[in-house]
Amino acid sequence: MELDPLLLSRLQFAFVVLFHAIFPVFTIGLASYIALLHGLFYKTGNTAWDRLALFWTKVFAVVFAMGVVSGIVMSFQFGTNWSNFALATSNFLGPVLSYEVITAFFLEAAFLGVLLFGRNKVPEGVHLFAAIMVAVGTFISSFWILSANSWMQTPAGYELIDGRFHITSWAEAIFNPSFWYRFTHMGMASFLTGGFVVAGVSAWFLLRQRDVEANKKALSMCLWLLLVLTPAQVVIGDFHGLNTLEHQPTKLAAMEGNWETQSNVPLLLFAIPDQDTQTNRFEIGIPDLASIILTHRADGEVPGINEAAPEEQPPVAIVFWSFRVMVGIGFLMIGVALAGLLLRWKGRVFESPLYLKTLVAMIGTPFLAVLAGWIVTEAGRAPWLVYGVMTHAQGLTPSLTGAMALFTLIGYMAVYGVVFVVGIYYLGRVVGEGMLPGADDQDSDEVERPKRPLSAAHTPLEGDDIKGANA
Amino acid sequence: MMGLDLTLIWAAIIGFGVIMYVLMDGFDLGLGILYPFAPDEESRDVMMNSIAPIWDGNETWLVLGGAGLLGAFPLVYSVFLPALYIGVFLMLAGLIFRGISFEFRFKSKKNRHWWNRAFCWGSAIAAFAQGAVVGAYIQGFAVEDFVYVGGALDWLTPFTVLTGLGLMAGYALLGATWLILKSEGHVQAWAYSIAPKLLLAVLVVFGIVSLWTPLVSLDVRARWLDQLHLIWVFPILAMACAAMLYRSVKRQQEGLPFVMALGLFIFTYLGLIASKWPVIVPPDYTIWDAASAPESQLFMLVGMIFVIPVVLAYTAWSYWVFRGKVKVGEGYH
Ligand code: HDD
Ligand code: HEM
Ligand code: HEM
Repeated sequence: MELDPLLLSRLQFAFVVLFHAIFPVFTIGLASYIALLHGLFYKTGNTAWDRLALFWTKVFAVVFAMGVVSGIVMSFQFGTNWSNFALATSNFLGPVLSYEVITAFFLEAAFLGVLLFGRNKVPEGVHLFAAIMVAVGTFISSFWILSANSWMQTPAGYELIDGRFHITSWAEAIFNPSFWYRFTHMGMASFLTGGFVVAGVSAWFLLRQRDVEANKKALSMCLWLLLVLTPAQVVIGDFHGLNTLEHQPTKLAAMEGNWETQSNVPLLLFAIPDQDTQTNRFEIGIPDLASIILTHRADGEVPGINEAAPEEQPPVAIVFWSFRVMVGIGFLMIGVALAGLLLRWKGRVFESPLYLKTLVAMIGTPFLAVLAGWIVTEAGRAPWLVYGVMTHAQGLTPSLTGAMALFTLIGYMAVYGVVFVVGIYYLGRVVGEGMLPGADDQDSDEVERPKRPLSAAHTPLEGDDIKGANA
Repeated sequence: MMGLDLTLIWAAIIGFGVIMYVLMDGFDLGLGILYPFAPDEESRDVMMNSIAPIWDGNETWLVLGGAGLLGAFPLVYSVFLPALYIGVFLMLAGLIFRGISFEFRFKSKKNRHWWNRAFCWGSAIAAFAQGAVVGAYIQGFAVEDFVYVGGALDWLTPFTVLTGLGLMAGYALLGATWLILKSEGHVQAWAYSIAPKLLLAVLVVFGIVSLWTPLVSLDVRARWLDQLHLIWVFPILAMACAAMLYRSVKRQQEGLPFVMALGLFIFTYLGLIASKWPVIVPPDYTIWDAASAPESQLFMLVGMIFVIPVVLAYTAWSYWVFRGKVKVGEGYH
């Protein structure tokens, strides 16, 4: 069997980047939550906030470290597997990715150390400031990386000279047409991820009657937050879709499963798209709804997939189904948030085991939605690497053979597998250990140790004695 | 070139970043290589403690270098990475395993020996791969019309294996002299005893590589013959450092061996640059061929001007905070 370096490289890129995405999407949301907790403690002096902040900072440290480890690989991926693409786009992606790294530096160098290890060494106000700066830093970092990605989706502000992109307007290139939609949607996704994880873990503690007071506070706050954020995400997502309709109609058609350009398009709930026959084999849908959502008229015209030649179409089934997973989860989240409001009204949020268990089960869903969303975005732009200008095949490293690509694909899966298993296992122990009773002298006998995220968690890796944090 | 040549500035920045990375990650990778040979588990603790607070600061230079290269010299990025495809993977895998073993070795009792192994192998593989990169750079790459056209394992030749082993020995030497500086008692005595042997190994490889280089690289041969009077300065300075290093180890001085080991690296590095300058993707492409558009270099420079002083200050600060000897059974649990 012939090994196809293009397919293998795409699988590899998808694997490493999806793996990486899991961590920052959580740390971005969590960083803001930690800053909020610090702020509440600063204002009210209630130590429950402080203990929550300390606990979540430990979790943050572990997840952050895993994000960094997987991120380092990313910065080499463009060159190893997509060298033609790297050379052609370097005038834009080089500076933008450098700014991503530079931001991460600033963040780590100046503030992360203070947040993780400075609790007893700097005044409370300075500590709060560091927490806020870490949160801001994660956003600036994602600002740059999403600008890079959005530019590839909707390139702007450039001219092509000898096959290379030269930037004519940095403002147009950085704030390209899909940027703000992607940035807000992704930012909201991070908040939702943070929110559902915190809610789920608090519920888990409540089910075990541990630290009831602090966890009730945390859960209650989260539920209010989610009540606002979940519908907001649907609204933003809708705008995002309208923007996609404008700039990447074929991708949008694939998301809707709409093959022909036509009016009165139904919103498909279920379908089996068949690329060979260019039709859906089976459909269940709500009449006219897709036309109404996208054009605000029942007889509005929606572009079809077959406007693009078959070899310029994305893999429709993948895009179609990933989109449904994401949107389905979006509505599920609204349902869960509303159920919380209802129970609160009846005064039973903290007492209903069924609801608490549901919250625990929801922990995985934001991650799933994020991964599904990225697959929609990225698979939906296939075969384009830079939309409308450069295809995957053109961007591929010319010297790459199938065997080489297979070797590293398996290699990265193995390495990440080990890191992930150990990391998640360890995270489980950190969470299981819970909040420390008198959380004060946590790091008092530690020398300051900057830039060592994981050292902020003192939990041993294995063994039974989970209580003694600093023993 | 008129006025301000951004490409030259960027060459200086990247050159500086590379040597910073080599020196700083060099000694901590070196300790990883020496790890299995340490006399006992106690000295392993000391070795790890002596670098635990600073190693990942050292590695930030690698990340900065990767992104900086893409932005400033994309041709380097798009030729080296495909050409060294397998090597890059091995290096990254090595660095990842090494990184997580730092964190988990101390948190683990039952499985500590596994983390020890991950630390040692990770360091050794990463060091070897980096040394092979140097060798591959001396050899040159098969590039046509700005695209790498060679095979997956072109970089792996007897010559690059030698440079790989040579860099392992060099890093180990840096590590040993660092340990002399940071330890005391029987750990330090051990470090004193291995330093001369490592120095000998480095000099042997150095000698062979110097004799071999003109054979694998014609342009270096031409350069060496033409500009003998200039080029020989660096090897001589490097030799002087080696001699001082030997003497200071024999006299049981504590700081000088490390400084001299750094000097040995710096002068070898400068000698290498002098032999190739201004070619950056050998054999044919100069830094100007490899450069990105001026507006991109300028845009990036603005950020760098802010970040480099901060990183340097921060680095200096963390070395200051963790100055002094690491004592057995102290510090990091
Ligand atoms: C918690 C996560 C989450 C949730 C609940 C949703 N999304 Fe989303 N979505 C993402 C997380 C996400 C994401 C991972 O953040 C993506 C991938 C790239 C991007 O910009 O955002 C994304 C992409 C994405 C795109 C692709 C845009 C493009 O690339 O052209 C569209 C049209 C939507 N979303 C629309 C929605 C709608 C209508 C939702 C309503 C229920 C929704 N999303 C819920
Ligand atoms: C973390 C968020 C991201 C995720 C989860 C993600 C996911 C994916 C997936 C699933 C593919 C495969 C698409 C297909 O097979 O058709 C892909 C392709 C690609 N993405 Fe992204 N992506 C992310 C961010 C980025 C960014 C920020 C860039 C560039 C700066 C980028 C560059 C690419 C490239 C070059 C490809 C081509 C390889 C391929 O199509 O497989 N991605 N990505
Ligand atoms: C192809 C795409 C990507 C590349 C090349 C990449 C590269 C990196 C690198 C090198 C690091 C480590 C930096 C350091 O700490 O020294 C990192 C961390 C980080 N990345 Fe990515 N990244 C990509 C996608 C993303 C996306 C899509 C996001 C968010 C939307 C993101 C957000 C972050 C954040 C916030 C960090 C800080 C560490 C953390 O919070 O876990 N990255 N990334």
